[in-house]
Amino acid sequence: MKTFPIGGIHPSDNKRWSKDKSIERMELPDEVAIPMIQHIGAPSVPVVAKGDKVLTGQLIGQAGGFVSANIHSPISGTVTAVDIFPNGQGLRRQMVVIKREGDEWMPEIDRSTELKRECTLSPSEIIAKVRDAGVVGMGGATFPTHVKLSVPDGQKAEILIINGVECEPYLTSDYRTMLERGEELLTGVEILMRALNVERGVIGVENNKPDAIAHLKELVVKGNYRGVEIMPLKTRYPQGGEKQLIAAVTGRQVAPPPALPISVGAVVCNASTAVAVYEAVQKNKPLIERVVTVTGKELKETHNFLVRFGTKLNTLLERAGGLPDGDVKVLNGGPMMGRAIVDTSAPLIKGCSGITVISGTQTPRGEEAQCIKCAKCVAACPMGLEPYLLSKLARRKMWDKAEEHNTVDCIECGCCSYTCPSFLPLLDYIRIGKQTVMGIIRARAIKK
Amino acid sequence: MATKIFAAPSPHIHGGETTRRIMGDVVLALIPALAVSCYILGLRVLLITAVSVAGCVVFEYLIQRFLLKGRTTIGDLSAVVTGVILAFNLPLGIPLWIVLIGALVAIGVGKMTFGGLGCNPFNPALTGRIFLLIAYPVQMTDWTTGVPEKMLDADTLTGSTMLADVKAGLYSVSEVDFFQMFGGHMNGSMGEIGSFALILGGLYLLWRRVITWHIPVAILGTMALFAAIVGLEQGGDIIWQMPLFHILAGGALLGAIFMATDYSTSPMTHKGMVIYGVGIGLLTMIIRLWGAYPEGMSFAIFIMNAATPLINKYCRPKRFGTK
Repeated sequence: MKTFPIGGIHPSDNKRWSKDKSIERMELPDEVAIPMIQHIGAPSVPVVAKGDKVLTGQLIGQAGGFVSANIHSPISGTVTAVDIFPNGQGLRRQMVVIKREGDEWMPEIDRSTELKRECTLSPSEIIAKVRDAGVVGMGGATFPTHVKLSVPDGQKAEILIINGVECEPYLTSDYRTMLERGEELLTGVEILMRALNVERGVIGVENNKPDAIAHLKELVVKGNYRGVEIMPLKTRYPQGGEKQLIAAVTGRQVAPPPALPISVGAVVCNASTAVAVYEAVQKNKPLIERVVTVTGKELKETHNFLVRFGTKLNTLLERAGGLPDGDVKVLNGGPMMGRAIVDTSAPLIKGCSGITVISGTQTPRGEEAQCIKCAKCVAACPMGLEPYLLSKLARRKMWDKAEEHNTVDCIECGCCSYTCPSFLPLLDYIRIGKQTVMGIIRARAIKK
Repeated sequence: MATKIFAAPSPHIHGGETTRRIMGDVVLALIPALAVSCYILGLRVLLITAVSVAGCVVFEYLIQRFLLKGRTTIGDLSAVVTGVILAFNLPLGIPLWIVLIGALVAIGVGKMTFGGLGCNPFNPALTGRIFLLIAYPVQMTDWTTGVPEKMLDADTLTGSTMLADVKAGLYSVSEVDFFQMFGGHMNGSMGEIGSFALILGGLYLLWRRVITWHIPVAILGTMALFAAIVGLEQGGDIIWQMPLFHILAGGALLGAIFMATDYSTSPMTHKGMVIYGVGIGLLTMIIRLWGAYPEGMSFAIFIMNAATPLINKYCRPKRFGTK
């Protein structure tokens, strides 16, 4: 069975807490706050003002450039504010606040649930629809999908890879999507293949999700999805990393930055993104909701919710029985790469595939000891870096050395910190080094 | 109790591996060899090991507490490992005060001088052993004092190790009883005679992922190949005895499995580990066959310890996306 070539770890996947919970529709929020930056790229520009009436699915934020994304109202009602508010990490963001009145949708949106398979649009028409709908990568990276689909001149896509790996522990939103929305997913894959003009689409799924693999395989045969292949992959973190997944599926390694996946002919989209693409192209439905896993060992209940964006995270946590007593971490995402949320009244945004709650005892930050040179971090690094060295260089502010040792290659998967027997916060320092070195590289480019 | 939300950067979970667990595993892996030595040589083995371990732990504590006035790290069990391995490198008849001097040199000079665990360029136990070998050559090569009578037959009464005997031409490798040798019936340091138990400990460490196969296999493989070539050159009738003899005799297994694999003194990448292992294997055989000493494992590891920073510099891991 295939997997990526170097490094990686095997954390306990902890998916059992929420994997059997069907997707439930979360009740509509009475008020939403929609940040104007939910994606990688330029912030969106609000096109509504206080007092405006909006419909569900109406454009409220216009993409602020090519690498940016449109943002739509997830509910119908009245705009009560366009102002700066803190987001979940406590960062100040421009947000549009809407008070709900009913649930009246934009008339062009097809809200029927029946599968609309046929698509005769040209690639550029598909890409335009994806762009208009504000679709971004739903695995957490939130890179605008229309940018990915717009293959630069002189380069050619050969294969579409769908990320159904969900290697992050705890999260089950992609898994439930594959099980419950398989046909929409596969139709989305067909549309993406059409947009990219490729013959082959591979959905990579780790073998800890055998029922999803079997289900999708059955659907591919039944629906005669030509060129689509379901590829089981050996469970190993971080298989869902873009470069790791491409290497696992095709055997080809994307060269170090600034090379992009397209340089080896691959375009990677998340499984939930494929469903969003289907809805955008076939149903004219912009990205206004997503599946979110709410999970954690100590939670009274776990859920996989279909939630409108802007819903307060509090509401989701309350439905799970509230936060447990004591010290807890509330994570936007899973425990390996998720970000700790400091304010649970913050709104849900496009990149949030799950809310993981872990108690203080499960997230030990043991007392730091000296590096014993065990080389476990070197063996675990999926990018072939030397984490102990990069961390030390960043600590000592030796930025040129850090650049020499390729710190910008780091994908921040956290395997190094996870394995360190001395509890060194390796990734904390590597991140600082990476950001600083990237800044230096940018400054150098501007000077030239 | 109220809920308190706290934040920290990812990753938010840890694999649970700790230095203490790793060192504990090494101690555990050394216990079969200790048991075999006790069975063959008697309870004095335990006494020497206890003194060595106590010496290492106490010296580390005293140095950290009173000399460096910093945090004490004896809880990570690394001093215990050093103590056991140092004891394994000593002959049974060694006076206890020499054991304590060995422990002091191992911890004081070999480890703490450089900043403690992870910073030492040379294996601490090895530093202790080599110091004793040079300072107390008579006591360190007395292989018969205190040894039970059943062990003292014609072969072992010479008071020298099989490596020395073969080197001196007293008998040929083809006359060696490998079955007895494998069972520990040979002169040598306390911990190096239980070949089977050492291999068992090595397998445990591999299974627990404390070590990888690269260093032991590179060392033993190089030695075996070297010995086979020499055997072939010497007439061919000892083509399989030569490699087997050199792997079972002396400290080859103890060194390859437990000493050369010391984290801080061995390379970080698998490629580097293989180069380092091959270096140790070659140097050991060169010293054994043509050097002044009958055994060369300690010196070979010591020399390659010194080469480790250089190997680390040139054997970088393969960067993802490059050829």
